[in-house]
Amino acid sequence: MTKVSRQPSWLRSGLAVTAIGIMLSACQPGGEQGDHVEINKDPFPSSYTPLTSKPTLITNVTILDGKGGRIDGGSILLQDGDIKAVGQSIEAPAGAEVIDGAGRWVTPGIIDTHSHLGVYPSPGVQSHSDGNEVGEPVTADAWVEHSNWPQDPGYVRAAAGGITALQLLPGSANLVGGRSVTLKNVPGRVAQDMKFPGAPYGMKMACGENPKRVYGNGKNSPEFRPHTRMGNVAGYRQAWADAQDYQRAWDKYERDYQAGKDVLPPKRDLNLETLAGVLNGEILVHMHCYRADDMGTMLDVMKEFGYKITSFHHAVEAYKIADRLAEDGVCSSMWADWYGFKMEAYDGIRENIPLVEKAGACAIVHSDSDMGIQRLNQEAAKALADGRKIGIDISKEEAWKWLSLNPAKALGIADKVGTIEVGKDADIVLWSGDPYSVYTKADKTFVDGAVVFDRHDKSRQPVMDFELGQPGEGDVK
Amino acid sequence: MSKMKKLMGASLVALMTAGVNAEDIAITGGTAFTDGGKGKVENATVLIHDGKIQSVSAGGEVPAGYRTVAADGKWVTVGFMVSGTTLGLMEVSLSGNINDSRASKTANGKGLEVGYAFNPASTLIPNTRIEGVTRAVTGFAGSKDMWLGQSAVIALAGDDMIVAPHVALSVDMDEGAANSNFGSRAGLWDAVITTLENARPADEEAGKDDDKKAKKPKYDSGKAALDRVMKGEMPLLVEVERKADILQTIALKKRFGIDVIITSGAEAWMVADELAAAGIPVVMDPTRDLPEDFDSLGNTGAAAARLHAAGVKVAFVGPDTHNARLVVQNAGNAVAMGMPWDAAVDAISKNPAEIFGVADSYGTLTPGKDADVVVWDGDPLEVMSSPDAVFIRGEEVPLVSRQTKLRDRYKDITRAPAYRK
Repeated sequence: MTKVSRQPSWLRSGLAVTAIGIMLSACQPGGEQGDHVEINKDPFPSSYTPLTSKPTLITNVTILDGKGGRIDGGSILLQDGDIKAVGQSIEAPAGAEVIDGAGRWVTPGIIDTHSHLGVYPSPGVQSHSDGNEVGEPVTADAWVEHSNWPQDPGYVRAAAGGITALQLLPGSANLVGGRSVTLKNVPGRVAQDMKFPGAPYGMKMACGENPKRVYGNGKNSPEFRPHTRMGNVAGYRQAWADAQDYQRAWDKYERDYQAGKDVLPPKRDLNLETLAGVLNGEILVHMHCYRADDMGTMLDVMKEFGYKITSFHHAVEAYKIADRLAEDGVCSSMWADWYGFKMEAYDGIRENIPLVEKAGACAIVHSDSDMGIQRLNQEAAKALADGRKIGIDISKEEAWKWLSLNPAKALGIADKVGTIEVGKDADIVLWSGDPYSVYTKADKTFVDGAVVFDRHDKSRQPVMDFELGQPGEGDVK
Repeated sequence: MSKMKKLMGASLVALMTAGVNAEDIAITGGTAFTDGGKGKVENATVLIHDGKIQSVSAGGEVPAGYRTVAADGKWVTVGFMVSGTTLGLMEVSLSGNINDSRASKTANGKGLEVGYAFNPASTLIPNTRIEGVTRAVTGFAGSKDMWLGQSAVIALAGDDMIVAPHVALSVDMDEGAANSNFGSRAGLWDAVITTLENARPADEEAGKDDDKKAKKPKYDSGKAALDRVMKGEMPLLVEVERKADILQTIALKKRFGIDVIITSGAEAWMVADELAAAGIPVVMDPTRDLPEDFDSLGNTGAAAARLHAAGVKVAFVGPDTHNARLVVQNAGNAVAMGMPWDAAVDAISKNPAEIFGVADSYGTLTPGKDADVVVWDGDPLEVMSSPDAVFIRGEEVPLVSRQTKLRDRYKDITRAPAYRK
């Protein structure tokens, strides 16, 4: 048996996982085995290219490095898309633009783990509601990047607020809403132009009220469960069991093929492919969950099926189980003070974020809002102040982790962004002053060393296609 | 910390003695702002007597028998006011059963009154007041049509929280209201104008030989509300966004000679001069900067600054009712977008007091007005500042809420936090 298509093991490793598109390897004439089927895991590859930039040296500036460190009167050099040097004093290379940062601050760019920009874009008209694939409760086959409208003016407002990267998530109507996508916050003509190169996929799941309301009222698809919280959990567990079964079928195909048998692969199931990708550790789980008991249940489901919840989202009761979240290494993406708009949000408190931090768990400030995303620095400031007021001593240097390093970890991109370190992507913000002040604005937002927004330069304030020819075009926003 | 404890202890005493004989209080040593964001007094002694502001003076003596609240290094302002909420009409907006602010099955939208549905025990009220917001406009968010009833002004503590029951008749005339009620703006404007025309006071001549005159008129709360508007006792609060609709609202005011307040007003800044000339104030969220729909394309964070510069009286709302308290952060953001600091403070104190007709008793630290006073640990508009003491109508309210109780229960996690420690 002479087959050419023995795939290298690194290519086979995630066979059962993901995506669309099939690579057929050549079959030698006369062989008794059919083609080996390999699944393309990246059928919508990132077409991101950095905007043009020139070497930029910011001097005499207060730098928060995002790891808990601070340099007063420091300098930072951005070159070729990377952070080239950070220190007290740096020589400007030839041709560099030098910015006097006196009185201003530099931080890592803010990364939002929870956004629906592009998915529920502005204007929020009927046609633009692309976030919830309501119809059946497990839609892991839906990929949110296919809903992303890159012309959403919200991206520009977010850049004005210092957002350099963000995760788009499907909504929370379904138990499993679909795949997420992580973006660099740069304008694109097609959605792929915004995709963060090399970022892993995520998958959105939802606890509690929303799925049971969407299906439980019988209006949407009366044939489907869930109607209750216990129905929710039954739904997740059956989905994972189905994904295990699917994975086994692909494993068997692989074993048989390796053994030289002439076998056909299992029929692809895009829903189970994504779920199996989670079980294989290639796709990160982001789970909308408000109540402590709902989160507690999900920590056990996670252990039962051997996957990892990267971050709970909203997590308004994280403070009640912060010790357990620390123990299981699950992040919480939280608001500073949103609460009460539905029953499962009723126990939200203003000290949630600092109490999670105090317990040694991973705290993240997220938005879930096209308004909140513009001011996440203020959200961190409120949480920091509320923590201090009850005696939790957190520095401004440490608190910045909530905005960049912790979200970068939760999105699997912390090797590239999230802190100011030599060699990392030059995704940074130059603030007009202390970013924990309500009066401070982002003067310049850099992505890969290029200015994506400049408060003082109209040419660096993108006007989206929709805004052209409309009232307010090109106005101060 | 010990000062805080002292304040807390004092509050409990204040709470227990709340009633007819209000405590005499002297707030000393802070920087006070007596006239909205103006009237700065350093080292101020603010005297509170009988629930009212007695005086504010630099370095003034504390009379015998007054409890002193030290505010050295702190900022002292009037308690702030948020100009659009459903406070007391809603506990959990979505899934906690009744939400009295959404009178969705009520056909008589004009007649709705806050008083029948108001719950002074709502936990949202302490959650809001401990953040320095002591007054609110509260009202309805829905009915069967565009008429949203009569809003009230409430004080966020004490007995009889409703201090003014009919401060505005609210009508929703934005794109959504036109679409859901008539399918067109043309239908909506026609209906509202027809209603107002029919509410004009009856012509005395026409009524003379009407023999039905003797017949006892039916009680009609909606008609009563319209009468208040037509008589100039209560303004019409019109929710409009688009420039063209705002110009129509100015025309509406002229046609009927009534008082009008614009709320939301995305594109109000585009006709700021006309609004100023017509004496129409604007109640708004100053952070809106996205084209939310085809009604609000002109949204910009600079709107509040532009309206103020043109001489329009501006008041602010928060992002929602649970976070009505964030009206203060909104004011800070208006400053970041170019509004003078004192004007932004006015927009959450004296301006809404004037717009909603309660300026005789609230809005500034003027002797004789209700003593709504807040002692802040820093610039009140800053996101890292918060109140150290809050007084409402002369009573100090403890800085305690359902939220702080949850916080204290879980601050140090134990096996069974529901047991008392």
